[in-house]
Amino acid sequence: MGMDEPRAVRWLLIATALAFLTLFLFVPLAFVFYEALKKGVGVYLAAISDPDALDAIRLTLLTAAIAVPLNLVFGVAAAWAIAKFSFPGKNVLTTLIDLPFSVSPVIAGLIYVLIFGLQGWLGPWLREHDIRIIFAVPGIVLATVFVTFPFVARELIPLMQAQGTEQEEAATVLGASGWQTFWRITLPNVTWGLLYGVILCNARAMGEFGAVSVVSGHIRGATNTLPLQAEILYNEYQFSAAFAVASLLALLALVTLVLKYFVGRRAVDRQHSAEHAA
Amino acid sequence: MRARVDRRGARRVLPGFGLSLGYTLVYLCLIVLIPLSAAFFKTAQLTWPEFVAVVTAPRVMASYRLTFGASFGAAAINTVFGLLVAWVLVRYRFPGRALVDALVDLPFALPTAVAGIALAGLFSANGWFGSLLVPLGITVAFTPLGVLVALTFIGLPFVVRTVQPVLEDLPRELEEVAATLGASRWESFRRVVFPIVLPALLTGFALAFARAIGEYGSVIFIAGNMPMVSEITPLLIITKLEQYDYTGATAIAVVMLVISFTLLLAINALQAWTRRRQGALT
Repeated sequence: MGMDEPRAVRWLLIATALAFLTLFLFVPLAFVFYEALKKGVGVYLAAISDPDALDAIRLTLLTAAIAVPLNLVFGVAAAWAIAKFSFPGKNVLTTLIDLPFSVSPVIAGLIYVLIFGLQGWLGPWLREHDIRIIFAVPGIVLATVFVTFPFVARELIPLMQAQGTEQEEAATVLGASGWQTFWRITLPNVTWGLLYGVILCNARAMGEFGAVSVVSGHIRGATNTLPLQAEILYNEYQFSAAFAVASLLALLALVTLVLKYFVGRRAVDRQHSAEHAA
Repeated sequence: MRARVDRRGARRVLPGFGLSLGYTLVYLCLIVLIPLSAAFFKTAQLTWPEFVAVVTAPRVMASYRLTFGASFGAAAINTVFGLLVAWVLVRYRFPGRALVDALVDLPFALPTAVAGIALAGLFSANGWFGSLLVPLGITVAFTPLGVLVALTFIGLPFVVRTVQPVLEDLPRELEEVAATLGASRWESFRRVVFPIVLPALLTGFALAFARAIGEYGSVIFIAGNMPMVSEITPLLIITKLEQYDYTGATAIAVVMLVISFTLLLAINALQAWTRRRQGALT
């Protein structure tokens, strides 16, 4: 047809692309599991059942369990306001919601130190009342909420905009209350997009390193999340243990990619059918 | 005009506008805007000459050069290979294509610290890659080259994911016409496909660059973190914090924030351009 590249060119391009991805993606991923299991399954299991590792797992789960629902509720509220209504400054608001993605994680941690740290705005008041935020769990949660802030909102806003307001208006005209409309019409329409945002939000919440590192203080068994635990072990040259902890996070990443793949396809199908209906 | 009338109507019919917008604004202010403003208020305590002295000190300048240079290099590498990967994924069929497609997002999903220790391990003198490269005189670990490698890793998905949908929507007829008119395959790529993909390519570059300049976790393990040589700006901010130099740390942070916000606006403009280009075709 004259349209397709010669066979040799095609295979050369495929081979180059795969070589690049192998060197930069697949080998580093495989290396994590190789290093984690190099000294045997016994060492691996001992490393991930170490009390400090278990505390880190607990704190990581707790942080995600607070940060994800907070940003989920926010994402739904923001998408409802932005997608279903027209008001001045809407584009500015949408841009502001994306802001945390363009802030360095280190700066995300720093700004909370400036507010809640000993020398911070609220530092003296917090010390008087014996409340610890920085170098304690609340700071870790806050920094995590900041870095995962846009995930749900940015999935839902375009999806709900594409779906328009006709179904909700019909329900309201027929006498449904606002909450009924939301639970029975809007939410079922965006389930997959919402789930997609939650999966991404959760992966980042459990894996965040820079922001959490600044506010944590690295107190073993108290303020170490899994990524921080991996860092400490690595810096102490306990490589097998570091990679064992890291392998849990790598597994989380793989589960995230699998879920993302399936949920993402369903979300796209939904959006396409919504666009066709509109 | 009609859409606007419809939307106005929607505002009257649908409930919950005040509640949802109010909650959104309060939450946005509490979590994002007020904390970010703290950085600017803190820096405002400095006089202008003091501020300039802090943010242009030799060690800080060296960190900018490394951060922006390596980020630019990594984004450029990802632009070339991202276009290639997107092209291969969209146009060719080969075994394992779906798996490769799904794994391209790995740098988004893998915690940065995990990427950091994996790359540091691979490129160390006795690691899988390091043991091959060091005898050739190429030292990656603990040099600026290591920073480049880490930033290439974390920026990898951006160009692929911005270019891929544009290539998918590209009408094949355009290339057929070019072929009929006697254009070679390369000519039709260069003069038909490339101009259409260009806005998406630039968007991907800008996204990868913006992500790279703030990156911390994947870099610090492989960089060596030597002042003046392999110390990135985000690390310098942390170093200053650990020395209780809050003002110095915040001043540098403000410089980075201003640059990031400028990039965010540029990326928004590029994305609008991409959509217009795509809209004009379909």
